[in-house]
Amino acid sequence: MTIGGQIVSAKFADAILPHLDAAFRLARWLLRDPVAAEDVVQDALVRAMTYFDQFRGENPRAWLLQIVRNTAWTSRAGGKRLDQLDDDAHSTLASDAPDPEAALVQAEATQTLTDAIARLPTDLRECLVLREIEELPYRDIAIVVGVPIGTVMSRLFRARKLLLAGAEENSN
Amino acid sequence: MTDPCADWELLIQADCDGELDIVATARLARHVETCPACARLQSQLHGLSQRIRDLPRDAAPSRLAAGFRVAPPRRRFVPVFGSFAAGLALAASLMLMVTTGADPSAELVAGHIRALQPGHLTDVVSTDQHTVKPWFDGRIDYAPDVRDFASAGFPLVGGRLDYMNGRPVAALVYRRAQHPINLFVWPASGDASPIAGTTKGYNFVRWKSAGMEYVAVSDVEIAELQAMARLMIAK
Repeated sequence: MTIGGQIVSAKFADAILPHLDAAFRLARWLLRDPVAAEDVVQDALVRAMTYFDQFRGENPRAWLLQIVRNTAWTSRAGGKRLDQLDDDAHSTLASDAPDPEAALVQAEATQTLTDAIARLPTDLRECLVLREIEELPYRDIAIVVGVPIGTVMSRLFRARKLLLAGAEENSN
Repeated sequence: MTDPCADWELLIQADCDGELDIVATARLARHVETCPACARLQSQLHGLSQRIRDLPRDAAPSRLAAGFRVAPPRRRFVPVFGSFAAGLALAASLMLMVTTGADPSAELVAGHIRALQPGHLTDVVSTDQHTVKPWFDGRIDYAPDVRDFASAGFPLVGGRLDYMNGRPVAALVYRRAQHPINLFVWPASGDASPIAGTTKGYNFVRWKSAGMEYVAVSDVEIAELQAMARLMIAK
């Protein structure tokens, strides 16, 4: 499923294409599966092209991420249960740091944190990823997720408390 | 469990997320100084943010972008080598660009307006130039001249990183009465006397001195911004 040779306006390209990495990262964090994430981003881009006329030009990043988020949750992969998901979806490789032991420790810490985020309930995870990975302000997270800012704040806090509690358990 | 500091939790989080305004930030800072539990939460939240931000970032597979072909742009608004009239219009729009090749004023005014949104004015809140200046270390590759002009009626409030042409620039925040002034600073060669202008109802004054280019943006009178410029140039 590709958008082979899809011709888009320069306006669309300028507004939307700079945010492809963000779109893919969000989809991947939501679905925990790079292949499904790529499909979702492609679908989202087709939707974005279709509805680009309605885009008011204010915040293309939040606008695209909103479409990606909605596409992800209505996709087949988005409907999957957590326990059906591929555990390796977010596996990471040790970096090529000069000290292999330190690199291994680092890779393990990375993996532990990645897994902990992946296990967060979806409504908390999407707020956390939008804030910490995509660095969106509360206002934009509220737009993308479609909830009031107060809800964004309480979900973020619950997500972080869960991660902090998990980290404490690990270190004990 | 009743936690006397439960009310502070979301404020501490909002502070970590850069969403608090100056007044709330200062109030929170005073509380955290006297409350070990809140101080602990604050440092935990900062640490967690840092760890998540240090995670490897995926890039989109290149075939996603490769699927697009961009239609050739329609006729430019102002042709680069256009008619005489277009040349005149271009010259008029370049009036303010005597000091540099590109006019960043519109972008800086946009930065000023953005900074007025709650919680976006300052990343480092301090009236102490010795706190604000080192804050920029490692965030940008130059050291802006940070000075407090409280005695002249331009107290330093803090600083933050802003972006211009995709590059980080230092933004220092001052106040004149109750009006915030954003002072954007980046390296430039030569000296240039202050030039004033207005964009979208905001006044700005820009000048170059001592290896830096400065643009002060605010809703205060141009004359006041010029007074501030003179203070900074005079040292």
